[in-house]
Amino acid sequence: MTARCVRTLSGSLQLLLRNRWPKPPPAQYGGRHTVTLIPGDGIGPELANHVRELFRFCCVPVDFEVVNVDSTMDSEDDINNAIMAIRRNGVALKGNLETNHNLPPSYKSRNNLLRTTLDLYANVMHCQSLPGVRTRHRNIDIMIIRENTEGEYSSLEHENVPGVVECLKIITRTKSLRIADYAFRTAREKGRTRVTAVHKANIMKLGDGLFLECCKEVAGGYPEITFDSMIVDNTTMQLVSRPQQFDVMVMPNLYGNVVSNVCTGLVGGPGLVPGANYGEDYAVFETGTRNTGKSIANTNTANPTAMLLASCLLLDHLKLHAYANMIRRAILSTVTETRLHTADLGGQGSTSEVVQSIMKAVESTGPRTLSL
Amino acid sequence: VVQDLTQFDVLIMPNLYGDILSDLCAGLIEGLRVTPNGNIGINRVAIFESVHGTGPEIASLDLANPTTLLLSAIMMLCHMGLHYDRNKIQTVLTKDLGGISKCSEFTADICPQRESDLKCTFTVATIL
Repeated sequence: MTARCVRTLSGSLQLLLRNRWPKPPPAQYGGRHTVTLIPGDGIGPELANHVRELFRFCCVPVDFEVVNVDSTMDSEDDINNAIMAIRRNGVALKGNLETNHNLPPSYKSRNNLLRTTLDLYANVMHCQSLPGVRTRHRNIDIMIIRENTEGEYSSLEHENVPGVVECLKIITRTKSLRIADYAFRTAREKGRTRVTAVHKANIMKLGDGLFLECCKEVAGGYPEITFDSMIVDNTTMQLVSRPQQFDVMVMPNLYGNVVSNVCTGLVGGPGLVPGANYGEDYAVFETGTRNTGKSIANTNTANPTAMLLASCLLLDHLKLHAYANMIRRAILSTVTETRLHTADLGGQGSTSEVVQSIMKAVESTGPRTLSL
Repeated sequence: VVQDLTQFDVLIMPNLYGDILSDLCAGLIEGLRVTPNGNIGINRVAIFESVHGTGPEIASLDLANPTTLLLSAIMMLCHMGLHYDRNKIQTVLTKDLGGISKCSEFTADICPQRESDLKCTFTVATIL
């Protein structure tokens, strides 16, 4: 943004824009980074092991500090330990922690707690059609930026009258401006030309109306990027009929959850799309749709692609671009091999076969690796 | 729903999710032009409507596709218990349409022009 653009904006927006992109932590102990690893539940632990195996094989200068979080315990000590570890290291790779909805309302979602405590305000998912994966629509390239810390996930519910529950959806000007600015900055950095705000402001006039107004305000500072808005129900309909029309999408928390899952389904499923959560000071990487995969845990059938691509995003964040690109190329070449597709893509391949194939692909490109 | 819609039969949900999912499912079956809609209240009070917009740009031009409202009317007859009349219309609609998913094929079969050229009254007359 030019200085002239910044001066024309309101005071709160100027204050916001003084904050810079989150800086990755400096390398420590002989050029090796330390990253917090939270295996999570379901398929999380086995996928975390595959990531460690692959990183060890490729001689990536990353050491993992593993922090196990037991999501069944009432006490929040485990998640607080994990948060402390992430504050120490600055970066984390995480599997999803199950939130059983039969637990009492006092039990807060561990994932939500982690995101709000560390203020990981932007959830970014890049849904791209992959060659070799057969889907109904082709040439999809959508970047979804979802507000991660407020909205419908504020966990503020009460029951004043028995049988009548009120749930508060919180939309604030500060956070809406922040996420809108993040979306436009990302669009500019990636050379994208259009940002679409998804809302339901015709019904939630104050809440989503505020969000939309903030997006319009931020759009004024990015004249080269086209801004438009779309109501969420129309958005989902357009996504399943003509998804190629979308470029970058920015939206509050719940719509982000729905839209990101729809887009993931359009490009091939939850096993393929990585997700990233960025804050001012911290970054946490995980699978895009945050599935625990309890039903396929320990069966060696989970698709490791999403978690491995998330680890590539982690390497990019640590500015280890050479390693990130090397592993990403190997993963994409393996995904095109239909013979190795896992069950979610309609194949018979196992998780370990896919990982072995990725390691062979890395080895064949010639860098220094450990032996297979 | 996007990956495998055959796994679902009846879906029940609160207002907002229903708004989102109904439009999503309508998009999967080629749009709101073939989606009937009914709002049922207590004491069997009900309003049946089409869910697409008012279409001011094509009003009074005999261009609108009457399918949605016809299908909603069929739902209304079912709600009122007029099954004989409902079956009569539904059979003809199904025969002419070849099933809801072939609505566009129906218009193409009846008339080789583009769908937008087809007159609304012509479509209804064909069904009668």
